[in-house]
Amino acid sequence: MNTLSAPSAPTVRYLPEGDSFRSHMAARHKKGTLWLTIFQAATLVSILALTALLYNIINQSFGWVAVRNQVEPEALAIEGTPLEELSKEQLITILEAYISKGVMRRLESEKPFSVRSREDVYQLVEERVINPEILRSWPLADSLLRRSAIHQEVVETFPGARLQFRAWINPQFLRAPQSANPAKAGVRTAMLGSLWIVGLTILVAFPVGVGAAIYLEEYAADNPLNRLIQTNINNLAGVPSIIYGMLGLAIFVRGLEPVTSGAIFGLSDPTTANGRTVISASLTLALLILPLIIINAQEAIRAVPRSLREASYAVGATHWQTIWHHVLPSALPGILTGTIFAMSRAMGETAPLVVVGASTFIAHDPTGPFSKFTSLPIQIYQWTARPQDLFRNLAAAAIIVLLVLLLAFNAVAIILRNRYRSKRREG
Amino acid sequence: MNTRYALIRGQRPSSSAQAALQRKPRWHEMAIQGFLFFCGALSILTTAGIVLILGRESWLFFRSPEVSLREFLGTTKWQPSIGQFGIWPLVNATMMTTFFALLVALPLGLCTAIYLSEYASERVRSSLKPVLELLAGIPTVVYGYFALTFVTPLLRGILGRDVVEIYNTASAGIVIGILILPLITSMAEDALNAVPRSLREASYALGATRLETAATIVLPAATSGVAAAIILAISRAVGETMIVAIAAGAGPAFTFNPFKAAETMTGHIVRISGGDLSYDSMDYNSLFAIGLVLFLITFALNIVSRWFVQRFREVYE
Repeated sequence: MNTLSAPSAPTVRYLPEGDSFRSHMAARHKKGTLWLTIFQAATLVSILALTALLYNIINQSFGWVAVRNQVEPEALAIEGTPLEELSKEQLITILEAYISKGVMRRLESEKPFSVRSREDVYQLVEERVINPEILRSWPLADSLLRRSAIHQEVVETFPGARLQFRAWINPQFLRAPQSANPAKAGVRTAMLGSLWIVGLTILVAFPVGVGAAIYLEEYAADNPLNRLIQTNINNLAGVPSIIYGMLGLAIFVRGLEPVTSGAIFGLSDPTTANGRTVISASLTLALLILPLIIINAQEAIRAVPRSLREASYAVGATHWQTIWHHVLPSALPGILTGTIFAMSRAMGETAPLVVVGASTFIAHDPTGPFSKFTSLPIQIYQWTARPQDLFRNLAAAAIIVLLVLLLAFNAVAIILRNRYRSKRREG
Repeated sequence: MNTRYALIRGQRPSSSAQAALQRKPRWHEMAIQGFLFFCGALSILTTAGIVLILGRESWLFFRSPEVSLREFLGTTKWQPSIGQFGIWPLVNATMMTTFFALLVALPLGLCTAIYLSEYASERVRSSLKPVLELLAGIPTVVYGYFALTFVTPLLRGILGRDVVEIYNTASAGIVIGILILPLITSMAEDALNAVPRSLREASYALGATRLETAATIVLPAATSGVAAAIILAISRAVGETMIVAIAAGAGPAFTFNPFKAAETMTGHIVRISGGDLSYDSMDYNSLFAIGLVLFLITFALNIVSRWFVQRFREVYE
């Protein structure tokens, strides 16, 4: 380079040359590397965020707990025989000795003791007599790293309590209904509520959503009305979900109360008899996910090749026959994937349901569209909002249930799509 | 589709075939079409329902003698129990959480988008995309839990317990930022990917480095898409509910301190409607007035976002 630019020649220097060129180049590359590092670091943050989120949930759903029994099992041993080996009759006498007559009578009327199995009675003794109470919990990381300190603390602050490793997510947690006692509370009611709500939501939103998509893609002429519908759907997808909750509150809960409470069908739940029911929640969520289903289904229908339609028309099929027998089947995998995506959205949605009026506490399973409702996300919200730490553990366990359900949905979507695809190819 | 029938009708070979090919009114097909149109029109009804309901209840709210539009927009105390309805504490808290969300999501989202579209190999991209999709698919109530049990203790650990309250707008805002991060990233990346390759090649041919190409050629060319992504993300952050309901605090407060508790518009609606709410009370109507403000803000943002895409889109052949 140096030899080329003779110092005497009257050249205009447009570009840096010589040493200045080289140092400039180095600086530019340095800047490039620096920013590449910044870009990579930024990308890493989202991975870190996901990791921290999952770590936090796992950390809260396992760990040591300090448990104190109302009556120690050792004290219940009869003539040296430990509690675990007592017969059914002996267990019943223990029950009679420790709990009131009224409660005994209620248990008897629920299911007579003569027909109850030994395991059943044993469980009653555990629940009603031993009655373990969780005093404090520690997260997983602390439980592993500060074992001795925790032991020390328990001995000092909770005399008579013992340490136990507890997985907050366990079979009993899935089976038990809601309860004010964190040791007994479970997500059964909430899970069933979620399934009812999401099931009804899809039942309403799927046909209407796919119908709207077919109309917009196959029938709608390019006129102002149809353009308005299209723009409107795109705008609805951006409306905050809580606004849908308010719409549902005003229309379904209040306006259509006779219908949504089940009164005009004579089906209303005697304990509520207002519009804050599963069906109101489902209709609200259906409005919420309609735009999602429509937009996804439109894309799937648009992707069906034109030649397929032409071939169908060529052999004399009508417009609807073409759509029903040719367009829809080949668009179905896309439509299904979009629908399950929308379903996951409905499953995780909380705010509109709170506004529509989820119950704060129900221990009974929902029995139909006109029951009071709660759902997993609402249960998580209510547990998180409580000040006691133990409910945070429960919330973490419920989050795991929710995330596993969502993962399962998506896995089903992928499997369905793949199976359908390969079948169409063979056929 | 009508042209096809016209074509068929145009080639009528004989009178008997003509009768067979004539377009018959197919009633059940028309019924189906009617039903499908109804499905499409339902979306219009939804929007009309939202506007009517919010408008009607807000009208009832402002008509009552206890409150005026001037008080609503001009004062800074929201205490329904003593009849004070100034919306600014709620709007202010919403703006603070949104600001913090953007502080997190804007730089991170843009940098990630540039990395994914300009630098990352196919292998890296295909392993990073699922992470973003997972983040986008997690329900917001889980993010709320994360804000309260992870980010807040972290902030309190770093800045001191007497500085940061248990409920504060900063940690809610940061977590909303993580929530909208995948949205910004994927929309911005789409916009960057849409810039034709020839522009990059031309830039490289002139001797620009990768960074210079990305920053001075690709990013400006994708401005409209990136801007639309940012505006849409703002709209999402303004409307976000569960994170603020859990982590930002339960009580309207007019404060600019991000480490103090303050209730946002959405947080207030959720808290009040979660309790026992009697219809036709001031509380009930005031929620719809807040809802109307929220709806107008997000609606305007969505329209601006769309307008950005259409107005400033660069069209490449």
